[in-house]
Amino acid sequence: MIQKKGPVVLIDIDVDEVFKKALSMSRVDILDEIKKSGLKGRGGAGFPTETKWNLAGTASDDKKYVVCNADEGEPGTFKDRVLLSDYTDDLLAGMTIAGYVIGSTQGIIYLRCEYIYLYKHINNKIEERRKKNLLGKNILGKDGFNFDIYIQPGAGAYVCGEETALIESLEGHRGEPRNRPPYPTVVGYLGKPTIINNVETFITAMRIIDKGAEWFTKYGTDKSTGTKLFSISGDCRAPGIYELPMGITVKELLATVGGEDAKAVQVGGASGSCITRNEFNLTLAYEDISTGGSIIIFGEKRNMLDIAINFMEFFVEESCGQCTPCRYGTETLLEGLYMLKNKKCSIKYLKELLQLGETMQTASKCGLGQSAPNAFISILKNFKHEILCS
Amino acid sequence: MLEAEKDQLKNEILHLAGAYNNHRSGLLPVLLHIQQKYRYISRYAMQEIADIFRIHPVEVYGVVSFYSFLSTEKKGKFIIYLCQTISCDMAGKRAVARQLENELNIKFGETTPDGLFTLKYTNCLGACDKGPALLVNEDLYTKVTPEGVFDIIQSYRAKFGAHVTMEI
Amino acid sequence: MSDKHSKATTEERAPLSQRKFRIKELEDTEAIGAMVKITIDGNEIRVPYGTTILEAAKKLNIHIPTLCYHEDLCVAGICRICVVEIEGQRLLQAACTYPVTPPHIKVKTYSPRVRKARRHILDLMLRHHYGECYSCVRNKNCELQTLADEYGVDFYRFGHLDKPEKPMDRSSYSVVRDMTKCILCRRCVRTCIDLQEVGVLEAINRGPHTNVVTFMDMPLSDVICINCGQCINRCPVGALHANDPSDDIWASIDDPKKHVIIQTAPSPRAAIGECFGLPPGTSVTKQLNTAIRRCGFSKVFDTNFAADLTIMEEATELLLRLKKALVDGDKNVKLPQFTSCSPGWVKYLEHFYPEFTGHLSSCKSPQQMFGALIKTWYAEKVGINPEDIVSVALMPCSAKKFECNRPEMRSSGLKDVDYGLTSRELAQMIKEAGIDLPNLPPSDFDDPVGEASGAGLIFGVSGGVMEAALRSAVEIVTGIKTEDIFKDLEITPVRGFEGIKYYEIPVTRTVPVPDILKNALKDVETFDFLKGTILKVAVAHGTANAHKVMENIKTGGKFSECHFIEFMACPGGCLGGGGQPIPTSPEIRAARAKAIYDEDKSLSLRKSHENPHITDIYKEFLKEGPCGHLSHKLLHTHYVKRGNKIV
Ligand SMILES: Cc1cc2nc3c(=O)[nH]c(=O)nc-3n(C[C@H](O)[C@H](O)[C@H](O)COP(=O)(O)O)c2cc1C
Ligand code: SF4
Ligand code: SF4
Ligand code: SF4
Ligand code: SF4
Ligand code: FES
Ligand code: FES
Repeated sequence: MIQKKGPVVLIDIDVDEVFKKALSMSRVDILDEIKKSGLKGRGGAGFPTETKWNLAGTASDDKKYVVCNADEGEPGTFKDRVLLSDYTDDLLAGMTIAGYVIGSTQGIIYLRCEYIYLYKHINNKIEERRKKNLLGKNILGKDGFNFDIYIQPGAGAYVCGEETALIESLEGHRGEPRNRPPYPTVVGYLGKPTIINNVETFITAMRIIDKGAEWFTKYGTDKSTGTKLFSISGDCRAPGIYELPMGITVKELLATVGGEDAKAVQVGGASGSCITRNEFNLTLAYEDISTGGSIIIFGEKRNMLDIAINFMEFFVEESCGQCTPCRYGTETLLEGLYMLKNKKCSIKYLKELLQLGETMQTASKCGLGQSAPNAFISILKNFKHEILCS
Repeated sequence: MLEAEKDQLKNEILHLAGAYNNHRSGLLPVLLHIQQKYRYISRYAMQEIADIFRIHPVEVYGVVSFYSFLSTEKKGKFIIYLCQTISCDMAGKRAVARQLENELNIKFGETTPDGLFTLKYTNCLGACDKGPALLVNEDLYTKVTPEGVFDIIQSYRAKFGAHVTMEI
Repeated sequence: MSDKHSKATTEERAPLSQRKFRIKELEDTEAIGAMVKITIDGNEIRVPYGTTILEAAKKLNIHIPTLCYHEDLCVAGICRICVVEIEGQRLLQAACTYPVTPPHIKVKTYSPRVRKARRHILDLMLRHHYGECYSCVRNKNCELQTLADEYGVDFYRFGHLDKPEKPMDRSSYSVVRDMTKCILCRRCVRTCIDLQEVGVLEAINRGPHTNVVTFMDMPLSDVICINCGQCINRCPVGALHANDPSDDIWASIDDPKKHVIIQTAPSPRAAIGECFGLPPGTSVTKQLNTAIRRCGFSKVFDTNFAADLTIMEEATELLLRLKKALVDGDKNVKLPQFTSCSPGWVKYLEHFYPEFTGHLSSCKSPQQMFGALIKTWYAEKVGINPEDIVSVALMPCSAKKFECNRPEMRSSGLKDVDYGLTSRELAQMIKEAGIDLPNLPPSDFDDPVGEASGAGLIFGVSGGVMEAALRSAVEIVTGIKTEDIFKDLEITPVRGFEGIKYYEIPVTRTVPVPDILKNALKDVETFDFLKGTILKVAVAHGTANAHKVMENIKTGGKFSECHFIEFMACPGGCLGGGGQPIPTSPEIRAARAKAIYDEDKSLSLRKSHENPHITDIYKEFLKEGPCGHLSHKLLHTHYVKRGNKIV
C-alpha cells in the first residue's frame, strides 16, 4: 500500500508527453541529463545509471537488450510490485527511452513468478502502446527507431535477481551467476550488450528527462540524489511504501512510519544489515547505508536470534549452490545459529563462524553469498549479550 | 501414460517451443506452461522438451530442479504458497501455517489425497506490509488470519465443484 | 529420434559462464594495448590482454591451487579455491577467471586474507566429504588430499562426514559413481556436456542440496552414457572411478585350473609408466610384459596383432562397399564407412544417430576380434578347453568393459573377453604385487602372434586407424609403396590433435586384386574401378567433434562425400582413454602420442598386410580370407539402434 507519495517517482504525469519529449532529444543530451542528475541504480547495488547506459551505448553490436529487473525478491521489498501495477506506462516508456539511448530494439521484463498475476495487466499495457505506435516500428514516426518489449516470467529463484543469473535464466539455464568481468554491458543476454535496471530506476530516469537534472538534485544529498521508494514492514504503525528523499536518517524514517520504539532495524532486506538504536543517526544513502529500499522494523519483544535464523534459512534455500563458500557456508552458519538456539555453541566456535562469514563476504562468487553473512554478523555483533543470556 | 496422451503432450510442447524458434531461451516459459497445465513436469515431458530444444534431458532436469515453482512430482490443483520470510513470520505466519495443516490434514510439502491442494512454503511474496501473505496459484491473499484460512480453502473447493464439506 | 532438428552446438547450449569465454585476446601482440602489465607477488610480467591471473602466474612459475579448473574445459570459477587478493579491492577474485586488463593490477597469491579464505573453503568441502582415503581409489593421487596436505589441515573446523551420505551407483559396467566424495567442481558435467556432447551428468537443486546426478537420478546403466570415462579422468577426487575387476582377475590367477591370458593394447604401454612416477611419454612395452608375467598371467599377447587383422577386414569391407557402389551401381551401399573400434563411439552412434548404424564397419574392435580368436583358434591350437581360459584385455578405455559384456560379443559361445582392465587398474595390481615396473628387464610378447606391426600400434592415437588403413590400402590398390608417397611412412595430414581432420588422396593407378582378397572381391579382376576416384577420408576424436561431423553428414555437407571416417570417442584417441592414468591434459596426451609414433618409427614392420602372422592366420584358419564366412562369424558384429530416449 502506498503510504506517502513524493515529488519524483510516485507522481501522475502525462507519460506520452514526456515520452515524446525524450524522443525529440538527442541520445547524448539524455545521457548528459542523467549524468548530471547523479542517478544511481535503485535495485540495491547503486551503480551509476549513466555509466551503465553509456557503456552499452558505445558497444558496437547489431543487437542490444534492455532488461527490466522485476524479480523483486529481497525480503521486505514490495515497491516494484506497486510500480509494475500502478505505473506500468511509466516503466514501459522508461525502458523504451533506454532502448533509444543505447540503440537497442528489444526490451525484456523479467517478471518474478510470484507476480505472475500482473502479467496480463502489463501485457495489455504493452499491447496498448503498440497500437499507439509507442512501441513497434518507427516509433512516433521516428525513422529507424524500432523497439518492442516482452515479458519473460521467472520460475521462483531469488538469485535470479542478480543480473548475470537473470541473464542465465532468460537464456533457459539454471540461474547461476556468471563470472564477471565481462559485465553484461559488454557480454549480456545471448552474448550481446545488455543493460539491466531495476523497475524504479527506469521510472526515475524518465522523471529526470521530463523535469531535468537540476530539479532532481534538489532532493537527496550530494552523493545520493533524488528520492527513493522505501518498503516498510515489521513493527510499526503504518507499514507500506514511502517515497522519501535520500539521506534521511533512520530515526527520521522511524518517526514517519510510526516505529519510534524499534529495538533494531534491518536495512536492505535479508542481505542488508541489522542496526541498533545507537546507529539510528545513520542516513539512508549510498554513502552511509546503501539499500534497495527494504526496511524491516523490529520491536522491543522480538527475539533477534530467531530473526537471524529466519534470514539464514532464506539464504540456505536461495543460494544457487554453485560456489563453495556460499553453498556450504550458509548452511554452516545456520547450523551455528541452531547451536546457539539450543545453547550448545562455544564462544570459540562462534568466533570461527564470524571469520567464516568474512570469508564468504570476500570469496563468494556473487552478491548473494557476499551479503548472506551480513545479517548474521551484525545481529551477533549487536545482540551477542541478548542471545547468549536468553 | 497412454500413447495418445504422450502424443498430445508432445504436440503441445512442439507448438509452445515453436513460438521461440526452438531456441533455448524459450525453455522456462515452456516449462512454466507445462507445469501449470499438468501440475508437474514428467520425465517424458522433460525428454521431449530436451529433444525439441536440442539439449539433453538431464539439462532440463537441472533447470526444473533449480526453480521452486517447477516440480517433477505431481502437485495439487491448487498450490498454497505461504510466505515464510521475516515480515510475514513476525506477522503471525506460524498460526496460519498450523491452521492450514489442520484444515487440509497434511503437512507442508504434501498434497491432499484428492489431489486438490498442495501446501508449500515460499519466500517473500512482496506483500510484507500486509503479512501474513499467501498465494494460491495466481491469487494473492494478504493479512491472512487463522480463521480466514478456512474460507480461502472453501472458496477453492467450491470453485472446483468438489464437496464443500470436508471428508475425513 | 527426430531428424527434424539438428542438435545445438556446444557453443549455443552451454551457459555463457561455462563457455570458453573470456575477453578476446588481441591477435596482433605488437598492437598498442595488446600486452598488459600485471604484478604477482612482486613479480612484474607483461601478458596478452585478457590472459587470466592463473595463466599469468603460471608463466611466473607461481603456483595457485585450483580444483574446478581444467585445461580441457571451459572455466567455471565455482570452487573458489584459487582466490587471490588484488590490491585495492575488497573482494577476492578467482584467479582462474579474472582477466588481466589495464589498469595495472597488483596481485597477492598468499596474503593472510587469501590463506584464511582458502582454508575455510577447504574446511567447507571437507565438511561434506567422506574422506576415507585409504579405501579410496584416488589415495595419493587426489587433488583434494593434496590440498589438505598443502594447507596443513589438522582438524575439521566445520565438521566431517564419518559415514557415506549417499549410496554408490555401481550399475554401469564401466563407471562407478561414489557421490559422497564429490566436491561439486562440475568438471564431469562440463566434460560430459561440452567435451563429449553426451549429457549424462548435470547439477540439480540449489544451495547445499546441489548434487551432480543423472537424469532423474537414474542408475548410470539406465541413462544414455557411452562409458567413455572422460568424466573419470577429469574428476579431481575419487567420486568417479572405473568398475575395477582386479579382484576377480586375481582370483582367476590363483585358480590353478584357469589359464589366464591377457592382451595388451598399445596406449597403456605409453602411459602406465606415469603411475610409477615416469614422465608422460615413457614407453614401457617390454618391461610391462615382464611385470604382467610376474603378476601370474600365463600369456601376454599383443592386441596390435588384432589391430592388423582389423585393418585387413575393415579395408576389405571398404573396398567391397566401394565396389558395390561403383561397379554394381548399388544405391543402398552405405558410404562413408565409419570405423567401429571405439566402443564409446559405437554406443554414441547407436544412441544419437541410430539411422546410421549401417555406416559402421561391421568389424569388431581389435579387443573383441582377439577375444573371439583366443577362445577358438588359440584354444584349439594349444589344446586348452576354452571354458578354462580367462581372457583379460588391458585397455586404455572404460567403455571396453561395457563392450566385452555386450551380448553380441559371444562368438566363441562364451564371453569372448572376460574382463576389460584399465591401465590404472593394472598399475595397481602391479604395485600390489610389489613389482617395480620401471626397473624390470624387458621381455617379448608370447606366440603364436608375437610382435605386430607399427600400424597396429598407432591405433592408439587419433588418426592412427586411418593411417594404418591407408598404409595398406594405398599399396594394395595402387601397387605403389606407401613410403614412396609418404616420407618415412608418416601420413601427417591425419596426424595431430586438431578436432576434425580431412584428407583427399587421388587414385592415379591401379593393380590387379591380390590373392588374399580374391574371395571377397570375386567379380573384379583389378582395382580399375577406383581409377580416377579421389579417396576422401576424415578423422574425428572426442564425441563433440564426432557430433559435428555427423550433423554435417546429415545435412549433406562435405563429410557426407567421404569414403571412410575414423571416429574415436576420446579426445586424442585411445591414449586419452577413460582408463588411462590421471591426470590428463593436452601436453600429457601429446607426450603419449609421441611415444607411440616413436615406437612405430623404430619398428621394421609397419604395415598390417605385411605382418607374417596375419598372412598365416588367413592361410591356416580364416581360409576364405578377409570378410569370408568364418571372419564374419568371429570377427564381425552387428549393432543396436538404441535411440536417444531414456523413458
Ligand atoms: C542476490 C541478488 C539479488 C538481487 N535481486 C534484485 C532484485 O530483485 N531486483 C533488482 O532490481 N535488483 C536486484 N539485484 C541487483 C541486481 O544485480 C542489479 O544490480 C540491478 O538489477 C541493477 O539495476 P539498478 O542499477 O537499476 O539498480 C540483486 C542482486 C543480488 C546479488
Ligand atoms: S555466492 Fe551463492 S548464489 Fe552466488 S554464485 Fe555462489 S553459491 Fe551461487
Ligand atoms: S577423494 Fe581424495 S580426499 Fe577424498 S577419500 Fe579419496 S583420496 Fe581421500
Ligand atoms: S562415461 Fe562418458 S558419457 Fe558417461 S558420464 Fe562419463 S563422460 Fe559422460
Ligand atoms: S563427480 Fe568429480 S568431477 Fe564431478 S563434480 Fe564431483 S568431484 Fe567434480
Ligand atoms: S515477508 Fe512475506 S511477503 Fe515479504
Ligand atoms: S579453480 Fe578457480 S574457482 Fe575453481
